Amino acid sequence: MSERFLITGATLPGGERADILLDGGIIAGVGSIADASGATVVDAAGLIALPGLVDLHTHLREPGYEQSETVLTGTQAAAAGGFTAVFAMANTFPVADTAGVVEQEASLGRTAGYATVQPIGAVTVGLKGEQLAELGAMARSRANVRVFSDDGFCVSDPLLMRRALEYVKAFDGVIAQHAQEPRLTEGAQMNEGALSGELGLTGWPAVAEESIIARDVLLAEHVGSRLHVCHVSTAGSVEVIRWAKARGIDVTAEVTPHHLLLTEDLIAGYDPRFKVNPPLRRAEDVEALRAALADGTIDIVATDHAPHPVEAKESEWQAAANGMVGLESALAVVHAAVVETGLMNWADVARVMSSAPARIGRLHGHGESVAVGAAPELTLYDPAAASEFDLDRLAGRSTNSPYLGRRLPGRVVATFHGGYPTFLDGAVRPLDEVARNAASALGVVHG
Amino acid sequence: MRHLLSTRELSREQAIELLDIAEDMAAVQEREVKKLPTLRGKTVVNLFFEDSTRTRISFEAAAKRLSADVINFSAKGSSVSKGESLKDTAQTLQAMGADGVVIRHHASGAPYTLATSGWIDAGVVNAGDGTHEHPTQALLDAFTMRRRLHGAASRGRALDGVHVVIVGDVLHSRVARSNVWLLATLGAEVELVAPPTLVPVDTTTWPARVGYDLDAALSGTPDVVMMLRIQAERMHAAFFPNSREYARTWGLDDARFDALPPSTMVMHPGPMNRGLEIAARAADSPQSTVREQVANGVSVRMAALYLLMSGERGDA
Ligand SMILES: [Zn+2]
Repeated sequence: MSERFLITGATLPGGERADILLDGGIIAGVGSIADASGATVVDAAGLIALPGLVDLHTHLREPGYEQSETVLTGTQAAAAGGFTAVFAMANTFPVADTAGVVEQEASLGRTAGYATVQPIGAVTVGLKGEQLAELGAMARSRANVRVFSDDGFCVSDPLLMRRALEYVKAFDGVIAQHAQEPRLTEGAQMNEGALSGELGLTGWPAVAEESIIARDVLLAEHVGSRLHVCHVSTAGSVEVIRWAKARGIDVTAEVTPHHLLLTEDLIAGYDPRFKVNPPLRRAEDVEALRAALADGTIDIVATDHAPHPVEAKESEWQAAANGMVGLESALAVVHAAVVETGLMNWADVARVMSSAPARIGRLHGHGESVAVGAAPELTLYDPAAASEFDLDRLAGRSTNSPYLGRRLPGRVVATFHGGYPTFLDGAVRPLDEVARNAASALGVVHG
Repeated sequence: MRHLLSTRELSREQAIELLDIAEDMAAVQEREVKKLPTLRGKTVVNLFFEDSTRTRISFEAAAKRLSADVINFSAKGSSVSKGESLKDTAQTLQAMGADGVVIRHHASGAPYTLATSGWIDAGVVNAGDGTHEHPTQALLDAFTMRRRLHGAASRGRALDGVHVVIVGDVLHSRVARSNVWLLATLGAEVELVAPPTLVPVDTTTWPARVGYDLDAALSGTPDVVMMLRIQAERMHAAFFPNSREYARTWGLDDARFDALPPSTMVMHPGPMNRGLEIAARAADSPQSTVREQVANGVSVRMAALYLLMSGERGDA
């Protein structure tokens, strides 16, 4: 029999206090629970209990780039950040453009047991933007792919984008677009504006993102398809998406934690920790993105967790890799950006970091409210544990976090996935324990 | 001064001090024995990731006239192009005991990375980084202007009220950026003239006016006209239609040059494209400072190396 957990005195997203009983495959009780003999008690006084977080945009790097991250280390980072499910981007080597690769990734995730790994399939073969990948085969595979993306590259060919949008309607799929007009961003190094001109860095103009989003929402409208926009980074993009939604177009959008908190000014010292694609933008953009997340124009927060080895960031700016790790810091950054500023409450956070991403990705067993009968996916967060974000908080293989040395307002205390802890008292649970629990939880589900 | 990375971070006092020391160095150049013992026993490395024989020779002459040992490290065609990183190269120079590193790099900010990374203790002089800055070029330009305007009475003076028009590819020019900041710091009035495609999209933070009409700018009888080198390959990236149209619209041709008063200085950082951005008559006229710029370059670079390496290094 699997271990039972009684979480006492937690604060639910809506504000009410409750005990929560995790019993194997479900949340068995929520409320005032006196009688739970044999259960392991976790004191959650002062902690917020959120449904396990779901990240629609994670780079796990396996197969192919295991020096940066693996499925195991990436899902450990996820657990440390309060995530119980991650959507793994397709830009691995080989690219996740066949049923074989996506099934392998999902299976590695199941065996490790730290989080559900839901593969994203490539839109085009090899992410080359020339020929559609086997979208149907990936959808029908055991990995059950519903989200397709060439992330890292934009599906810039308008005809190919139209066809992809149309084709995935057959199985309720969605195309997640990395919106970046390639010609307008050749050699781009940072946001184009006054600062790029001063620093002599080639600009990445906002219009290169906005023009692709504008085109894609019109294509989605024309063919009646579902579009998801990755990492929206500009105020202008927000306006385009707001217009599209008002028009009834089936579009969803994500924003990263870093685009909600950090601005381009940080680049003035040419520190490659702040190099990311799309780039950090102006304070006005950050304000617009926060407001858009609060009013629902932007549906979700997604991390774009992008691990890189040390040497990829120890160089002059131009030679450095794009990307930041983000899983471990995401919740605290969202807390700082939109909760502390009074724009959103914890129920909103549960929506944008759990239920909405699960819905967009058509992922079942995640993103359910903390209620009796729900899947036992749970995150405990201490909103009063302000501290300097340091290396101890990073649990993945790479350390390219822009937040090291920055004070963040809270921290994840525990994460439960499948009814067992993957992260407890600020520490990732041991490999063998988690793998054993994962195997027995699968037994519960299937037996 | 710990490093010389940009003119943007120079105060007016620092800039004038450096120009004054360059005057002292220029005086030494007029002596029989041109060498000073100041940097004896110190090692200067010229670390060039990009070819520039002119700039390297200028720094080499400056360092040698201060009695420093000079090592030329051309990173082109060496292990660097085969993937050795800036960090590895820096650590090699550190192990060799470099006291000063003069770096030319194709990436904007590379000298900044070198100076702030902790890989190396040496003072760093930016000899041109990408499209960012080229501070010693701007300092030699300011030095040249000051000498032409004030002659032997230059010491201690700035460039207050001097009207400078800079013409050409501002977008890709590290010379333009360094000049804008330095000249403004010294009190000059700076005007940039370029095709709209060759100006950064937002220059509101720059202490300079921006215009597109060269004839209008020249009609204001500027004290200095500085022509920037235009690279012909820019026309293939659609920055302008062709070199003929560029020369006609933004070149200092004979007619434009003839209309200038004889007091207007004509400057060019070199190498010049004669007949494109500047006509031969303007380049070779007595108003042209091109040859003085080369000579003054050595004096200014001696001053920079002296300030960074002569033991008066602070933490600024
Ligand atoms: Zn992307």
